[in-house]
Amino acid sequence: MLGFLTGLFWVAVVVIAALAAGWVFRTAAIAVAPKKVAKALRTAPLTASFGMLMILVYIVVAIFAPLIAPFGETEVVSVRNAAWDDQFLLGTDNLGRDLLSRLIYAARNTVGIAFVTTALAFIVGSVLGLLAATIGGWFDQIVSRAVDVLMAIPALIFVLLLLTIVGQSIINMILVIALIDSTRVYRLARAVAMNIVVMDYVEAARLRGEGLWRLITREILPNAMAPLVAEFGLRFCFVFLTISALSFLGLGIQPPLADWGQMVKEFSGLITFGIITPLLPAGCIALLTVSVNFVVDWQLHRASGLKE
Amino acid sequence: MNENRDVLLTIRDLRIEGRSDEQWNEIVKGVDLTLHKGEVLGLIGESGAGKSTIGLAAMGFARDGCRISGGTIDFDGIDLRKASEAKRRNLRGKRIAYVAQSAAASFNPAHRLIDQYAEGPVQHGVMSRGEANRDATELYRRMQLPNPDEIGFRYPHQVSGGQLQRAMTAMAMSCRPDLIIFDEPTTALDVTTQIEVLSAIRDIVEQFDTAAIYITHDLAVVAQMADKIKVLLKGEEVEEADTRTMLNAPTQDYTKSLWAVRSHTRPEQPPVAPGTTPVVAVRNVTAGYGTLDVLKNISFDIHARRTVAVVGESGSGKSTTARVITGLLPPREGEVLFNGTALPPDYRNRSKEQLRQAQMIYQMADTALNPKQRLRELIGRPAQMYLGLRGKALNERVRELLRLIELEPDDFIDRLPSELSGGQKQRIGIARALAAEPQFIICDEVTSALDQLVAEGILKLLDKLQDEFDLAYMFITHDLATVKSIADEVVVMKEGIVVEQGPKSEMFQPPHDPYTELLLSSVPEMDPDWLDKLLEERAAGGAGASVEGAGN
Amino acid sequence: MSHILKMIAQRLALGLVTLFVVSLIIALGTELLPGDFAQERLGQSATPETVAALRAQLGLDQPFHIRYLTWLRDIVTSGDFGVSLANGNPVTEQISERLRYTLWLAFYAAAISVPLSLTLGILAALFRNSFFDRFANASALTSISFPEFFVAYILIFLLAGAGGVFPSMVNFRTDPTFSEYLYRAFLPAITLTLVVTAHMMRMTRAAIINLLASPYIEMARLKGIKPMRVVLRHALPNALAPIINVIALNLAYLITGVVVVEVVFVYPGLGQLMVDSVRVRDMPVVQGVALIFAAAYVLLNLTADVLATLSNPRLVHKR
Repeated sequence: MLGFLTGLFWVAVVVIAALAAGWVFRTAAIAVAPKKVAKALRTAPLTASFGMLMILVYIVVAIFAPLIAPFGETEVVSVRNAAWDDQFLLGTDNLGRDLLSRLIYAARNTVGIAFVTTALAFIVGSVLGLLAATIGGWFDQIVSRAVDVLMAIPALIFVLLLLTIVGQSIINMILVIALIDSTRVYRLARAVAMNIVVMDYVEAARLRGEGLWRLITREILPNAMAPLVAEFGLRFCFVFLTISALSFLGLGIQPPLADWGQMVKEFSGLITFGIITPLLPAGCIALLTVSVNFVVDWQLHRASGLKE
Repeated sequence: MNENRDVLLTIRDLRIEGRSDEQWNEIVKGVDLTLHKGEVLGLIGESGAGKSTIGLAAMGFARDGCRISGGTIDFDGIDLRKASEAKRRNLRGKRIAYVAQSAAASFNPAHRLIDQYAEGPVQHGVMSRGEANRDATELYRRMQLPNPDEIGFRYPHQVSGGQLQRAMTAMAMSCRPDLIIFDEPTTALDVTTQIEVLSAIRDIVEQFDTAAIYITHDLAVVAQMADKIKVLLKGEEVEEADTRTMLNAPTQDYTKSLWAVRSHTRPEQPPVAPGTTPVVAVRNVTAGYGTLDVLKNISFDIHARRTVAVVGESGSGKSTTARVITGLLPPREGEVLFNGTALPPDYRNRSKEQLRQAQMIYQMADTALNPKQRLRELIGRPAQMYLGLRGKALNERVRELLRLIELEPDDFIDRLPSELSGGQKQRIGIARALAAEPQFIICDEVTSALDQLVAEGILKLLDKLQDEFDLAYMFITHDLATVKSIADEVVVMKEGIVVEQGPKSEMFQPPHDPYTELLLSSVPEMDPDWLDKLLEERAAGGAGASVEGAGN
Repeated sequence: MSHILKMIAQRLALGLVTLFVVSLIIALGTELLPGDFAQERLGQSATPETVAALRAQLGLDQPFHIRYLTWLRDIVTSGDFGVSLANGNPVTEQISERLRYTLWLAFYAAAISVPLSLTLGILAALFRNSFFDRFANASALTSISFPEFFVAYILIFLLAGAGGVFPSMVNFRTDPTFSEYLYRAFLPAITLTLVVTAHMMRMTRAAIINLLASPYIEMARLKGIKPMRVVLRHALPNALAPIINVIALNLAYLITGVVVVEVVFVYPGLGQLMVDSVRVRDMPVVQGVALIFAAAYVLLNLTADVLATLSNPRLVHKR
C-alpha cells in the first residue's frame, strides 16, 4: 500500500513537472515567436506545449548526438553490465558499451529511420490519394480496390510476412513499412480531397479549363494541408512504434546500431528483478510518441474548430 | 385587446455575449420585450440581428459559445436567470416549446416521429405513453397531416420537409405550452409548401390560445402571423408596433429601408428582333443521372443584353439545366447552341475560347471561392489564363475589376475570402466571372443566401454590368420577387418540364398555366389579410388550387 | 427488408473476394522468395538429388497456379496448411492449439475493455471539459502512445517480479482450469486492455461529441430532456456506426496485434509462433498464420459493416 502511494506521489511529481516545463516553454515561445504564431501558441494546452518542447529536445539530441554523447556508439569502454556511477551515468550493457551514449545515438537511428519511412509513405499515399480524388473514374477504382485488399491484412502481420519474403535489412524494412503505411495515408488523403473536390471553387476551376497539376497544387492541396499535417504526426507515431516493435522482436534495426526497441529486448530479463534499466529505452520511445500525440491532438482540435 | 390580458413573459435589458477570437463580444445589447398570454410577437431582422439568440434566451437557454450576461427574463413569475437548471429544464418543452428552422435536421434520425412526440409529455410526467400516442394522432390530424394515424410511425427521413415542419409544430404543442418560439419555421421550404405550414401553424396557435414569438427575416410572412412586430438590428431594437401600424407607418429609417427593398425593377427591354441568333439556345434537352430523367425535352433561348429567369421549386431541374449548359452533365438528347453553333456536350471537350464565353456565379460564395487564395489570384487567374495578361497588366486588370464591383482595390486586393462579408464574397464571384470577359453568365441563386438589402445591391450591380458589357444572363432562382425585379423573360419549370415561358410582362399577367398560378399566388404579400384571402380563394377552387406544389 | 439482405449478401461476397485475393498475395510469397529455397535449406553440401527430392516434396517443381490451387484446396477442404519447413510437423497441428490461446486472450481482454471503454467514453462525453474528461483524455492519449512492451514491462515491474502477485511469464505446460487461466493470463490481458480501452474510449467520446452540436440534440435539450438521457437516447444511437467500427477494429487488433505482448509474456499464441517462423523463414507456417489473421480481420470488419448498416434507420427503413 505504501509502495503504491509513493508511486502515485512520483507520478504526480512527474506530471506536474512536465506541465510546468510546458508552461515555461509556452511563455518563452510566445515571447519569441512572431505575432501570428504567438496567437496560435496561446491556444495550446499545457500538454501540447510540453509535447512541442520534447519534440524539440529529441530533434536536437538526434542531430547533435556525437557532441552530446559522452562515448562512441559502439565503443567498448568498460566492464560488462557495469552499475550506475559518476562516469557511466546509466551503467554499461552486456558488451561494456556506455548505455547513456547508446540511448542518445538511438535517437538518431530510430527517429531518423522512422521519419524517412513516414515521409516516403506520405509522398506515395497522398499523391495517389489526391490523384484518385481528382481524376476519379477507373483510376480511383483500381487504386482504391488495391488499397482495400492491402488493408485487409493486419499491418504488423503483413510487415512480418513481407519481411520473410524479402529478407531482413534496414532498407527492406523502410520500404515494406512505407508501402503498408501509404495505404492508410491514401485512404485519408483521398477522403480529405473528396470533400474538397465537390466544392464549387474546384468545379469553377475545372470549368475554367485548369489542368490536373494546377487543380491539385493550387486548389486542392492548400485546403487539405491541415488534416494531412496532423495525419503525418499520427503516422509517424505509428511507424515509429512499428519499427520499435520489430526491433524488439529482433527483426528490425540490428546491432551494432543502437536502437531503443532492441535495447528493451536486450535488458528485458532484468525487469523481474526489479531493475528499471529496460524501462529507460522504452520510456524514450513512449515520451516521443506521447509528445507527438499531444501536439497532434491540439492541432486536430484547432482544425475541427470545435468551440467549447 | 391584448393589453388587457395577463403578462406572460417580460424581458428587461437583456444582454447576451458570444465568444469569438478568444474574447466575449456583446451580440444582444439591452433588449426589452413584453409578451401577453395568447399574443404572437414577430421578431424580424437581418442575419446578425440576434433574433434567434433572443428567442432561445426566452427559454433561459444560451447556445454553446454564448452566455446571457445581463438583464432579467421573467416567465410567468419565474426568474429564468436565477432559477436552477433543473427548474428551467422542467419549463422547457412543458411550458415553453421551440420549433426549429430545419425540421429535417432537428428531428432525431434514429427515432420515429411519434416516439419523439411522446418523449416530452412522458418525461415531464404530463401524460402516459398511451395517452401521448393518442394525443399525437389527434394533433397530427389538426395540423392537416396526411394519414394522421400512420404518419407518426415513420422515421423523419421518410417524411417530406413541409410535413416534418408541421409534425414539429405538433410536437411543440404536445404539452400544451403557454409559449412557443418559432425560429424561421418556413425559411427552408418551397413557397407552395410554406403556405400550408403557415396556415397550419396559425390555426393551431389560435385553437390553443398559445402565445408565440415568431422569428423570421421575411416581412410578408410575419405580417400574416404576428399581432405585433419588433424590428431588430445588430442586437438592438429599432422599433416595435402592432402589425398594421408597422406595415403602414414605420417610423424608423432602417425599417423603411427594409420595407422599400423590393422596389428595384429593371427597365423594360424592347423585344428581340425576330431572326436574331440567341447567345445560348437550349434545344430539346433531355438529361439525368442514372436511369432517372431530371430534364425532359426542354428548350429556351437567351439573347444578348437579356436576362432569362429560370424559376421553379426544389426538384424542378433548374440547376441541372445549368449543369447541362456548362457541360458538367452531358445531355442524353438535344444540344446546346452557342451563337448558333453546337457546343461539345462535355466541358472537357470544349475549347478554351468556348469555356471563356460562358461563366458561372454560384449560390454559396463561401464554397465558390478557394479559401486559401487571395483576391489577386482569385480574380486574376481567369484573366491570366484566357487573355494572357501578366505582371503589371494583370495587376491593373484586377484593380479595374475590383473597381467595377465597387470594392476599393488597395484595401481588398490582398485579402483572403475569410476577410470579406457575405455580400463582398458574392461580388468577388461576379468579378471572377467578368475577368474572363464572357458573353454569357449563369447566376445560380446568387442572392438567396444574402440579406435583402445586400441582395438588392448585388442585383443592381448585375444590372449595371449587363448594360456595360452586353451580357446575357441566365438567372436561376426560386424567389419570384427577384424574378420580378430583374428578368426580361421567364421560364417556369416543374419536375423537369418547362411549364410556361415568355416575356416577364406576360408572365405576371393572367391567364396563367395552373402551376404558375399556384406559384405566383403563393408568394406572401405585405398585407396582414393576404393569407386569409388566399385560403378563401383556394377553397373556392382558384389561385392554383387544382395542382400540387413541390415537396409533397 | 429484402434490400438489407441484398446489401449484406453483397458485403459478404465482397469479403470472400477480398479473402481470396489476400490468399493469393500470401501464396505469392513463396514465389518471390529469392534464391532456391530447397538449396538454401539443405546447404551447399547437398547433392542435386536430395535438393530435387526436397523440391518435389515441397511442390516447388510445380508451376505456381497448380501449387496455389492445391494449397487452397487443402486448406478449404481439410484445413491442411501443409508441412513446416523448420521441423517437418504439420502446420495445422501447430496452429490449432495456439489459435485457441490467442482467441482466449482476446476474449479475456475484450470482456474487460469493451464495457469499460464504452462507459468511460459516454461519461467523458457527458461531462465534457470537466476535470474528469480532461484527465481521462490525457491518460488515454498517453496510453495510446505507449509501445505495448513499455506498458507490459511497467506492469511486470509493479505487479510481478520481486514481491509481485502475478506471474510475468505465462506457463500453460499443464492445462489450466478456467480460474487458473484468468490468474496466469492476467498481466497480458491487462496490458492489452490498457492499450485498446484508451483508443475505444476516445473514439466513443469523439463520436458522441461530434453529434452534440447537431440541431436535433439542441432540440432534445430544448424539450427539457435530462443531459444523461440526451446523450444515451439522442446522441448514442446516431453514434453507433463509428463506435461499432472502432470496436471491431480493436477486437481485430486483440487477435492480430498481440504479437509483441505474446513475446513479452512468452504467451503460447499465434503471434509468438509467427515471429519464431519469420526468424527462420518457415514459409508454410508464416503463410498459414497470416491467412488466419487476415480471415479474422476481414470477418470482423465485415460484421462491423453489417451491424453499422443495421444501426442506421435510413438504410433499414427505406422511404
